[in-house]
Amino acid sequence: MEDCYNMKKLLSTSYLLVLLVMLYAPIVIIAIFSFTESKVLGNWTGFSTELYASLFSGGVRYSLLDAIKNTFIIAFIAATVSTLLGTVAAIGINDLRYGKRKAINFVNNIPILNPDIITGISLFLLFVSMGITQGYTTVILAHIAFCTPYVVLSVMPRLTQMNPNIYEAALDLGATPFQALRRVIIPEIRPGMISGFILAFTLSIDDFAVTIFTNGTDGLQTLSTYIYADARKGGLTPELRALSTIILVVVLILLIVVNYRSHRQARRAEQQQAALKPKNSLRR
Amino acid sequence: MLKFLSRRRNWSIPYVIFLAVFVVMPLVLVLVYAFQSESGGFSFANFSKFINQPEAANTFIYSIGIALITTIISLALGYPAAYILSRMRPARARVVVMLFILPMWINVLVRTLATVALFDFLTLPLGEGALIFGMVYNFLPFMIYPIYNVLQKMDPSLIEAAEDLGATPRQVFRHVVFPLSMPGIVSGVMMVFMPTISTFAIAELLTMNNIKLFGTTIQENINNGMWHYGAALSLIMLVIIGITTLFGDQSAEDAANDGGLL
Repeated sequence: MEDCYNMKKLLSTSYLLVLLVMLYAPIVIIAIFSFTESKVLGNWTGFSTELYASLFSGGVRYSLLDAIKNTFIIAFIAATVSTLLGTVAAIGINDLRYGKRKAINFVNNIPILNPDIITGISLFLLFVSMGITQGYTTVILAHIAFCTPYVVLSVMPRLTQMNPNIYEAALDLGATPFQALRRVIIPEIRPGMISGFILAFTLSIDDFAVTIFTNGTDGLQTLSTYIYADARKGGLTPELRALSTIILVVVLILLIVVNYRSHRQARRAEQQQAALKPKNSLRR
Repeated sequence: MLKFLSRRRNWSIPYVIFLAVFVVMPLVLVLVYAFQSESGGFSFANFSKFINQPEAANTFIYSIGIALITTIISLALGYPAAYILSRMRPARARVVVMLFILPMWINVLVRTLATVALFDFLTLPLGEGALIFGMVYNFLPFMIYPIYNVLQKMDPSLIEAAEDLGATPRQVFRHVVFPLSMPGIVSGVMMVFMPTISTFAIAELLTMNNIKLFGTTIQENINNGMWHYGAALSLIMLVIIGITTLFGDQSAEDAANDGGLL
């Protein structure tokens, strides 16, 4: 019986392990080959950190650095504007009557459910039919268009959970609506705004489909479109292996930190609850 | 002015205008362009072209096939993984789930190129096999996560009750665990099926441009200035997505009702 149980456990653990190996094998290969100079992936020509050096010293093709810069500028502007627009919108929508609120929420969900190729093409048609030349501005507008709904979604729950009487109380105590907003509402919804901003930022950095339809013909490239053009030409710029590895490590560290912190917070909350309700722990 | 601003409901107005211009109007334009001939008049020409042109129609059917296969494989691989994860100690499961989601943070094109690199490395040919592997590789976490979420929130006393009433492990799974995990399966299936049917760049890279998916066809038409035809094809894709969404909503509701009966 014990043996059977162990056997099962071993089987299930190794199943997960196989899946994870499959999931990580390509990434690991990229990371390993970021430490060799060879032009073609899979060809080991001796250990070297040349790719990293050239990534930081500008030895890499100018266009890649440009693409990285564009990616971050677009993501920063798009995330900032979406956060402001989305927060103001959420406060307004929350104050609307049921029917209107439902209608706006329905439209707000469209860009989230729409495949990004459709979002890209529909915005492309908008810009060409209005005769707007495509470039930086159109890419940023397009990114704001698909990021803001996520901000609204992450701010909204904070607002609905908030006790509306707090705001009324602030007004009764003589605060102007704007003071009440700044001192009462904003602090309540700040976590939602921050997670909305982060979500918008990562969505924008990661976007490919919407950017490729709205970046025009002037050669504006973000990291995604650069990689796409690069790969279609046949070879991948070797420095991209170094860049991908750096991104992976940074994300890994960030996730570990975030996870560790939330884990600790959860533990602390559990301990506090246990201290408050000793009877509960007896029942377990 | 100040009075207008101090009514909070008015704060939704800028966003309503924004949504009208950047969400509703573009979609209306897709509709308008789709039902317009090149000369500008109303016509069904684009749709009859789609039906009469075997190439586009075949690509469409082929793409649906690939998306279905990808979804089925992801479900077959993902469900056991989600189930095992839901049985682990929560702290440990959280870490492993994190490991499954982590690759999603790397740009999808980089991940796809990594798959190409893996196939090159193992000297496997790029083609249909690589395409399906790449799709499953890209979207598997989307299947695991929702199913894990549902399974993990399931009340363990339901399983205990079934066991107490004499159900064998297999019966417990078939009649209790599986039906209760239906909402997770539905959202997992949708989260895999919808992006696979609409991808375009991934297929190109994984098959060295040998296999075309419907998304690529749409992109090519738009790039070559065939906006009307491209819009019509987009509309066809939207209809498929719409049907999938409705179907998903329906079965999620059914599953919720079934759950209520339990």
